[in-house]
Amino acid sequence: MKNRDFIFFVGPSLVAMFVCIAIPLMFVLEQSFFVNKKVYKEVEVESCVAGFTGQICSVEMQTKPQLDEKGEIITQKEFVGLESYERLINFDAVKKAFWQQNFLELENVKFFSALRFTVTFCLITLPFVIILGLVIALTVNNLLSSLKGPIIFVSLLPFIITPIIGALSIRWLFVGDGIITAFLEWLTNSNISMFSNSWTLELMMILYRIWHVCPFAFIVFYAGLQTINKEMLESAIVDGANRYHRLRFIIIPHLMPLIVFVSLIHLMDSYRVFEEIIAFSSDAYVISLQWLTYDFLRLDDTGNRYISSASASSILTMIGISILLYPLIKKTWNDYREGKL
Amino acid sequence: MSFLDASNQPFALKAFSTLFILVWCVIACFPLLWITIMSLKLPLDAFDSNFFNVLVGPVTLQLKNGVSVASILAISLFSMYFYSRRQRLRNYLRASIGYSEDVTLFLFILLLYIFCCISISIIFSKFFDAYLGLFGAKIFGFTLDHYHAVWTERGFSLFFKNSLIVTSGVVIISLSLGTLAGYGLARKESSIAFWILIIALIFRALPHSVLVAGYLPFFMKSNAILSPIFGEFAPILYGQPLAVILVLVAINQPFTIWLMRSFFQNIPKELDEAARIDGCSHFQAFRKIIIPVMWPGVITTGLFSFMLGYNDYLVCSLLLDGQNQTMVPSITGLFNRDTSTTDEIVAIAAAVSITAPLFFIVLIFQKQIVSGLTAGAVKG
Repeated sequence: MKNRDFIFFVGPSLVAMFVCIAIPLMFVLEQSFFVNKKVYKEVEVESCVAGFTGQICSVEMQTKPQLDEKGEIITQKEFVGLESYERLINFDAVKKAFWQQNFLELENVKFFSALRFTVTFCLITLPFVIILGLVIALTVNNLLSSLKGPIIFVSLLPFIITPIIGALSIRWLFVGDGIITAFLEWLTNSNISMFSNSWTLELMMILYRIWHVCPFAFIVFYAGLQTINKEMLESAIVDGANRYHRLRFIIIPHLMPLIVFVSLIHLMDSYRVFEEIIAFSSDAYVISLQWLTYDFLRLDDTGNRYISSASASSILTMIGISILLYPLIKKTWNDYREGKL
Repeated sequence: MSFLDASNQPFALKAFSTLFILVWCVIACFPLLWITIMSLKLPLDAFDSNFFNVLVGPVTLQLKNGVSVASILAISLFSMYFYSRRQRLRNYLRASIGYSEDVTLFLFILLLYIFCCISISIIFSKFFDAYLGLFGAKIFGFTLDHYHAVWTERGFSLFFKNSLIVTSGVVIISLSLGTLAGYGLARKESSIAFWILIIALIFRALPHSVLVAGYLPFFMKSNAILSPIFGEFAPILYGQPLAVILVLVAINQPFTIWLMRSFFQNIPKELDEAARIDGCSHFQAFRKIIIPVMWPGVITTGLFSFMLGYNDYLVCSLLLDGQNQTMVPSITGLFNRDTSTTDEIVAIAAAVSITAPLFFIVLIFQKQIVSGLTAGAVKG
């Protein structure tokens, strides 16, 4: 395809991505170094109260936000350098933690508690999703073909559902004396409240995420199983390979690219963990990186949005995802250079 | 083939795998099934800690309406009959109406089935239950009050309309951009295409809040910034559905071009090369040869765009005003820590209302969704 035609086809999409993704990213970077401050000025205010003989007046100086001709508060951009980052990361706390070798204290800094949760969440859910997806795919593959359609339909439900609704449906199973909490209480004969401990909340989020993503892994692996070279399996059986050997030496190597693919997608998506925090109202106990940015962006009780802090936390979030994805991108690049793609 | 042959397995393995799949299916659908049941009961029943009280709903039965054993039996008999005759019905409809598209036909049959079930239950409760003695006694309580409250009092119909606008906008725009780009990328053999795809992959990994952080300040002040260009008509983009559509299209674009590209790669290159030899330009080849055969891919990609637009919480809740939301973000407004249990059930009814369209979409488009999930992956 000639370059001219290529630009015609790809151009609109590229422009859209450049204008709507790349430029906002640059804005975010810029905003993280600036703060919008209200412009104040000193005004003489004369206030009078009624006295016995006449009005008593006093003049005092007050600082008031300056208004423009429309009556809106004038704001001024001010360069603050790394101040927003500093407020987010709290270098002093980091230094102290290093000196005292006590990293648990960092949990008090919101950013680090969000980072800790987000990373552990990604890494804990990943093996469960892969293994459970693989086991479901293998078992469904063994079943009668007439049952496969309904099973795939039912399995797709948790995947297709709106994430926040899915998380809410789990919440309603557990909240208060919800059906599962009641069952667990009956089982253990103790009083359980799932929403007031950070570890139970995290456990529920992890369970929800596994429930939500497993179908995706299952469908991809199941499709991969259909493309296995059957002669190879047969000859392995002739050579005396048992079920475990066939799984270990033929099926898993065959599915390896798919496992990498699912891991990549899963890491990307679970790094964005957000809806669970809202649905489980867990922000007092557990927060994630994306939720932190979201929280800075929404109106707080005083009607402010902390755009600068939000931008700083966005930039840090992006650095995090680049570190997470670097090995995979590098591998893709190497494969490409060696002509494997 | 012995590996896939179910009869060649030891009994224990077979029993275990059947049990395992059964358990998975229950886990997969239980939360959704359960909130559907809860949404049909009064709060006292719905939040009962006893499993059977929630299922049967004694308070609801007493105060509201109920279904009798006889009508449940009748509906399940009818369902079995309907399921066994579905093929014949489809053929009959195809012959008589002249429809050839499976999807439309399926939708029609589904609606027919739901209509029949509802009419059976109404007929039983109005005419037969009184004469059926023990079988006619109502045992399962249910009420539609909460749905009524959600859709009429809580302004859900407005939210539904907003969702419809946002989702259809996202689907149309991202498909038109993505189809062209996907075709171009599938047919270009140079490292530029590779780099574009890698950058798209990186963009796909971005948390959405990062993008919103870039948009929000601009959207709030857009009338001041845009006024040199548009003069007095410069809009405030904050709270505009169009602005949300723009953001969602941008978020969706990387995924769309990846998916469309892998579908176009499955269309043999020889097809448009032949057209080019016959004297078509690239655009003519695209229009005359590719467009007629690309629809399966477009439908699948459209489904995923639909789901992205429909399911979005973060972008809509930040960029739209609280009074003028789409469906999904509005649900958190329905309940918080200090609302009553009735409000909670209303929220559950809202959740079920949001899920229902998705349920039907899986029912109708299962094949396309599966092909979309595996499209980029299976080729490795």
